[in-house]
Amino acid sequence: MGGVVKSIEEINRRIAAGEAVVVNAEEMIAIVEEKGPVKAAEEVDVVTTGTFAPMCSSGALFNLGHPSPKIKIEQAWLNGVPAYGGLAAVDIYLGATALPADDPRNKVYPGTFRYGGGHVIEDFVAGKEISLKATGYGTDCYPRRELETVITKETVNEAMLLNPRNCYQNYACAVNGSDRLIYTYMGMLKPELGNATYCSAGQLSPLLNDPYYRTIGVGTRIFLGGGIGHVISHGTQHNPCAPRGPNGVVTAPAGTLAVMGDLKQMSPKWLRGVSMVGYGASLAVGIGIPIPIIDEEMARFTGVKDSEIYTEVIDYGLHYATGGGEPLARVSYAELRSGTITIRGKKVPTAPISSYSKALEIANILKEWILSGKFTLSTPVASLPGPESGYSPKGMKA
Amino acid sequence: MKFSKKVVLEFPQHTWDQPIIYALNTKYDLMFNIIKAKITPRQEGVMTLELSGDKENFDKGIEFLKEVGVRVRFLAGDIERDEKLCTHCGLCTVICPTDALSLNRDTMEVSFDKERCVGCELCVPLCPFKAIIMNIPSHSQRNSLQNNRRGNKKP
Repeated sequence: MGGVVKSIEEINRRIAAGEAVVVNAEEMIAIVEEKGPVKAAEEVDVVTTGTFAPMCSSGALFNLGHPSPKIKIEQAWLNGVPAYGGLAAVDIYLGATALPADDPRNKVYPGTFRYGGGHVIEDFVAGKEISLKATGYGTDCYPRRELETVITKETVNEAMLLNPRNCYQNYACAVNGSDRLIYTYMGMLKPELGNATYCSAGQLSPLLNDPYYRTIGVGTRIFLGGGIGHVISHGTQHNPCAPRGPNGVVTAPAGTLAVMGDLKQMSPKWLRGVSMVGYGASLAVGIGIPIPIIDEEMARFTGVKDSEIYTEVIDYGLHYATGGGEPLARVSYAELRSGTITIRGKKVPTAPISSYSKALEIANILKEWILSGKFTLSTPVASLPGPESGYSPKGMKA
Repeated sequence: MKFSKKVVLEFPQHTWDQPIIYALNTKYDLMFNIIKAKITPRQEGVMTLELSGDKENFDKGIEFLKEVGVRVRFLAGDIERDEKLCTHCGLCTVICPTDALSLNRDTMEVSFDKERCVGCELCVPLCPFKAIIMNIPSHSQRNSLQNNRRGNKKP
């Protein structure tokens, strides 16, 4: 390891003094290429990353405040979308993929899923009035059995974005090798490898710039939905033991983050309801994570570029649903971004689901926040399980 | 000089027995390429086609269509992309058959070229952010279509 070693405290002092050098992960590529990782680590203090894409494992936790007489909410609906009431009296959790009872789903195939939990969250953050209906069974302390009112971000006590799995470190590229058109969470896939979709910001993506979770950990302060949030844990299905290339970068879906933040300070620009035809509703979440360049290795990691990041091409028509089959190919993000990949000799057009231009916008906003002194870096209070942990997700017997 | 434009024609019921497109071709020497044609539940016909020919003949042809009661609008105004709603994810570019929706591979931003759009509407349900919008005819225009039809039923 080179001689440069900086502490996060030192970087924060430079931020406070207005002396920090902050660049986004795209700019860092050229700096590392030109100057090498040692010099880059000396010169750059922070690299900002970003991602903006549908992230289904997202939701909002509300404390609604007590009406008079009080109610112990058992079932609740926000704009007709069911929320989970199995918590204390007026705490409810709304999942991003929840759908109103009267949505026809895929009964008329493919369903369009125009309004679900993610859309309620977007409307709430936008300051709109949200209708609340709730029922309870009545107790001596909570006698009310029905409730019908309107809530806004002004009326509720807490509104927290609480997402169990966001920010996937790499994701598969989806194709369809079957002979019929299919609709998936990766979008519409035409038969016989008619098109390919992918969902990662690649060289801008947070965990692809810190492949071994050296700086991103529990307690890391982040840009979340336009406000400030935190990493609260590794996410569900965290898989640090996924295969890695010689540069340490995972070549399949791997690490994940659980994140949380105050919904009231977020923006509908960075939390957007999503309707995936034939699949369901979701929430697109904007996340930006600063990476402190504490040494030469972090400079090298953040200098990673699309041509050095690979992912697997998975057949969602034949293999994904049952979990069998081998990846059809391994492709780089540079190839994916070019618009065409080659699978089994066939040229297949590609399209992203993750917005690269919005990811870049987020990385630049975070950069501005840090340069202006509004946002400082935090030292994680615990590390995420890394490849040495042996931690990996299991399947289910069913 | 050759002139070409994509038009959407709405045929009220009373026009059904008239060879209108044939007349466009033979009387006004307009070449037509049918992009889409359907019959609505109200038994009105809707057809999207590209008309090419001499500009003067094109204008006369459009005039003729209006005279026989066909409602004409130009396709370019039919499908809109709401810039505020678009997140430039790029998913719509999968389905667009004419590359009217395309992703600039440098900026990774989606552009929408109205002139290339043929109004197939495939992108409308596919956009996860509902950013692609169909401009449907206004209420008064719909009413006038219906009045035409009712008028025709009078003895």
